[in-house]
Amino acid sequence: MNEEFKVEIVNPEKSFLVKEDVLEAVVPAFEGEMGILKDHISIISFLKPGIIKIITKSGDENYYVEDGIVEFKNNNLSILTSSIFNLLELDKSKIQDLLKLAEEDLNKSEINDQAKYLVDQKIEVLKNLN
Amino acid sequence: MASLDDLKKRIASVKSTQKITKAMKMVAAAKLRKAQESAEKGRPYSEKMNNIILNLSKGISDKENAPKLLSGTGNNKVHLCVVMTSDRGLCGGFNSNIIKKAKSYFSKISGEGKELKIITVGSKGNDQLKRAYGEKIIENISFKESKNTNYFDADKVGKTIIEKFEAGEFDICTIFYNQFKNVITQIPQAQQILPLNNENDESNSEASYEFEPDEDEILNNLLPKNISTQIFKAMLENSASEQGSRMSAMDNATRNAGEMVDKLTIEYNRSRQAAITKELIEIISGAESL
Repeated sequence: MNEEFKVEIVNPEKSFLVKEDVLEAVVPAFEGEMGILKDHISIISFLKPGIIKIITKSGDENYYVEDGIVEFKNNNLSILTSSIFNLLELDKSKIQDLLKLAEEDLNKSEINDQAKYLVDQKIEVLKNLN
Repeated sequence: MASLDDLKKRIASVKSTQKITKAMKMVAAAKLRKAQESAEKGRPYSEKMNNIILNLSKGISDKENAPKLLSGTGNNKVHLCVVMTSDRGLCGGFNSNIIKKAKSYFSKISGEGKELKIITVGSKGNDQLKRAYGEKIIENISFKESKNTNYFDADKVGKTIIEKFEAGEFDICTIFYNQFKNVITQIPQAQQILPLNNENDESNSEASYEFEPDEDEILNNLLPKNISTQIFKAMLENSASEQGSRMSAMDNATRNAGEMVDKLTIEYNRSRQAAITKELIEIISGAESL
């Protein structure tokens, strides 16, 4: 039986990635990591900073995202995000830059709890990558 | 009749104008290709976003407590109009078309006795509007420094709008921009972005979704993003339209300059011929009288 489904990642500038032969996708949903297989129930959720893992027959791919929305419907997984990076292209200096930005955000005074939580998450993920 | 020297100077000046317009046309053509590409690439994002919001707003259980960004303030008194134009001129009717559309909307609003507030994006729109509607313009945003349309800029505009909405400064928000159809046709558009207009529903609501976390929270998160996305879409369409409009305007200008050069050259040759003939007649009649 065919166990593959389609994943589409778009950012505002362009369609970032389209894959037809995905076996499993693991996304960092707001309330915890979520693994999605074929014939998952239709779902909408949004993302916290973390790693999207896309598993295909030909190997795994990892992407770092900061925010976004996931929609799964009729075996189509759409991920809308404004900041996404392929882990292979994300080198140390880039990670440092992102980390610095995140730390600046954290030090702002008018930050609410939810935003603070998200920034904390971001820093943790980035530190793990480093 | 102008002297030979004057004609010569005019021809030279028209020719140099033609060179400039031709160069501008080439530049616009090159930029157009890029702008058009990014407008097309940006479409899936805004379409998907729209779809998700549509599905969400249908699935929302209690309409009374829906977020204000979706349902509006319930009032219809203060209208905010975001007029998006270019930062540069020499692009044909591009800016005037938006302004015309916006102005007719303004007078309709004022006619109904409602209050009007204006945000201009791009300096050309501000120039044209500040004479008649100067006191209504509450903000002028311009992105002269950024070379390409980017999401970051759109987000800035979006956040400004949301801030003002949350402060209760307006009830309804409409954006004006040019939709890019093709190089010679751009359609000025007025799109209401706040509260969200769900009249043109497509009925594809078979799917029922599971939400995580609940609908309200997702909506609260998504709606501000949607505003920025809509603005970004408008900016992309606008920049493609601007280049297209400039390209066709400059093409026309180049052609007109060419016609003018031809006309002037004929006039120049004719008066040169006349001068020679006159001289010849003078010499001959001088010789005959001897």
